[in-house]
Amino acid sequence: MNEPSLKEPDVSEKSVIQIDDLSLIFETNDGPVHALSDIDLSIAEGEFVSLIGPSGCGKTTLLRVIADLERATAGSITVNGVSPEQARLNRAYGYVFQAAALYPWRTIDRNIALPLEIMGLSKEEQNSRIAKNLDLVNLTGFEKKFPWQLSGGMQQRASIARALAVEPDLLLMDEPFGALDEIVRDHLNEQLLKLWEKTNKTVVFVTHSIPEAVFLSTKIVVMSPRPGRVHDVIDCNLPRERTLDVRETPQFLEIAHRVREGLRAGHSYDD
Amino acid sequence: MSETTVAPKTPTLPEEWREPLIWLAILCTLIALFVPLAFLAGDDGVAKPLRTPAGLCVILIAGAVASVRFKGWFGDILLFLSAHVTAGILLFMLPAYTGAAGWGFWLLLAGSWLLAWQVVTRLSDRRLNGYKQTLLDLAIPILFGLWLLLLWEMIVVGAGVPYVLLPPPSQIGARIAESLPLLWADFQQTFLLGVLPGYIIGCGAGFIVAVLVDKVPFLQRGLLPVGNMASALPIIGVAPIMVMWFGFGPSSKIAVVVIMIFFPMLVNTVAGFAAAGNMEKDLMRTYAASYGQTLSKLRLPNAMPFIFNALKINSTLALIGAIVAEFFGSPTVGMGFRISTEFGRLNTDLVWATIAVAALAGSTFYGLIALVERRITFWHPSARG
Ligand SMILES: Nc1ncnc2c1ncn2[C@@H]1O[C@H](COP(=O)(O)OP(=O)(O)OP(=O)(O)O)[C@@H](O)[C@H]1O
Ligand SMILES: [Mg+2]
Repeated sequence: MNEPSLKEPDVSEKSVIQIDDLSLIFETNDGPVHALSDIDLSIAEGEFVSLIGPSGCGKTTLLRVIADLERATAGSITVNGVSPEQARLNRAYGYVFQAAALYPWRTIDRNIALPLEIMGLSKEEQNSRIAKNLDLVNLTGFEKKFPWQLSGGMQQRASIARALAVEPDLLLMDEPFGALDEIVRDHLNEQLLKLWEKTNKTVVFVTHSIPEAVFLSTKIVVMSPRPGRVHDVIDCNLPRERTLDVRETPQFLEIAHRVREGLRAGHSYDD
Repeated sequence: MSETTVAPKTPTLPEEWREPLIWLAILCTLIALFVPLAFLAGDDGVAKPLRTPAGLCVILIAGAVASVRFKGWFGDILLFLSAHVTAGILLFMLPAYTGAAGWGFWLLLAGSWLLAWQVVTRLSDRRLNGYKQTLLDLAIPILFGLWLLLLWEMIVVGAGVPYVLLPPPSQIGARIAESLPLLWADFQQTFLLGVLPGYIIGCGAGFIVAVLVDKVPFLQRGLLPVGNMASALPIIGVAPIMVMWFGFGPSSKIAVVVIMIFFPMLVNTVAGFAAAGNMEKDLMRTYAASYGQTLSKLRLPNAMPFIFNALKINSTLALIGAIVAEFFGSPTVGMGFRISTEFGRLNTDLVWATIAVAALAGSTFYGLIALVERRITFWHPSARG
């Protein structure tokens, strides 16, 4: 898609997502819900940003605003320098939902082919991408199964493969590994990190797990609820190439501690 | 699809009911021994009671006892034989007892019916491999249907019900066999020229309008309430008007059918389109899918269970509509015409023969649609089984 760039594959300063003073109020029958309030956030190309915070603090909503699935009621946001709507129409991102959302009438491989069909890719291109991404999430051999024949975790992996098959420069992932067991989660964390390193994608990643956030991210955004706000932004300067062992290092534990403190402080607003 | 999953079937008769019913069958048989089988007119014209043959009772009781004694296939076979040999002999003797059956006859019939019920229950509990299970699954409803016909025949003939009120199935069958060309012509006129074109036009139009309604929301607010009202229109009122407008030929029948089935199709399809989940729709949005792509790849497949629901309901409605419409004017051929004229001539067996053809045509039509439905909506939770 992009013309070959000469810049080094490191984190560049080009801003992919720029959010200023953004607020979102849901009008409900029981009055307005301040889902997001005065959010300021800048995400540069190649960054891996985790959103972490208690349930209901607006993580999903923020991700949906970026994806143009929800409209902000105040403030401004650009994605790749254009409005979220334009970015969506440009197919600028891939989105992994909190639930798998596979279509039950399609087999796993046809589910992964869905976005590729819509993009109008050739059959060969579709097939090679399906095979590659099924392999990435360890689902090779299940291509002819229907979603309801797989476990919840396998379905979620299929939905990740579907988002990756689009090969977007920006990945928006809403608790993609929430339904998986620890070992599979570790494996997919490593795979995702490798993919990110190799392709210089920008990732916005919602999670409830502090170790996961610290392990994956270059930046952790701690949010707090009612109204949903950015409580703290923690830079995470672990080496770009890391293995799961990094989780034992003092540096890792120190960042994890900061995140935990931030979450605690955010929670205390409630009481 | 390839796995041989054995769906758990609900037993047709609760376990604790089985033995008591066997004892009831034995009791019936024993009483039958002491009451007359039939009253036959003697040479002097006076009806004389005929004793129930002990042999018949022995066959039934032997089968009943064997079924309690042997729980396996052997018991099934003995039970089957005793019930059906008895019923067969009763059927064979039936013509002689027309209108003259006595308590012995009815008790033996009840006894063999109870045993046959046991057979069906026991068979439906059996598990076999592959095609044998398929055969068994087919045999059970057939056995059940045959017993319904048998009871009908025995009761109507044995009790001497006037044929004008209710002819026995044997007579209806004979009537069908000798009137095949007539029935075929009626079927062509009503089904092939009326029901089928009306069905295709009505369902097709309902579907197309549903797509339009979906695209133009204001139609939804205007058309759907009208649709609900129109589907409440009494066909008895509509049919004569259509005959007046479109003449006696098939076009008026097509019109009635279309009016009857258009709105069920429309309403169901619109509901089906609206049933797509929010997350599934959001997914399409993230792909920047066009309206047409979202329709063909998400909302149409998702609406299939709703659409097939309408297709099935409409197959029945269409047949009713075409037949009833013929009551209000038709050429001298057609199933509705046949029913109304032959009824007037008290040719009830021909009326019943036509009803049988209509039932057969209707259920075949419905069955074919259900078959296609199973192929298309296999993924729906209600079909996965
Ligand atoms: N469509 C909607 N209409 C009304 N209120 C909404 C809507 N979507 C979300 N909300 C509200 O906005 C707030 C933020 O919700 P959101 O789904 O973003 O939380 P979250 O941080 O993703 O939570 P979780 O970790 O449980 O997924 C909640 O209070 C929720 O009730
Ligand atoms: Mg959420």
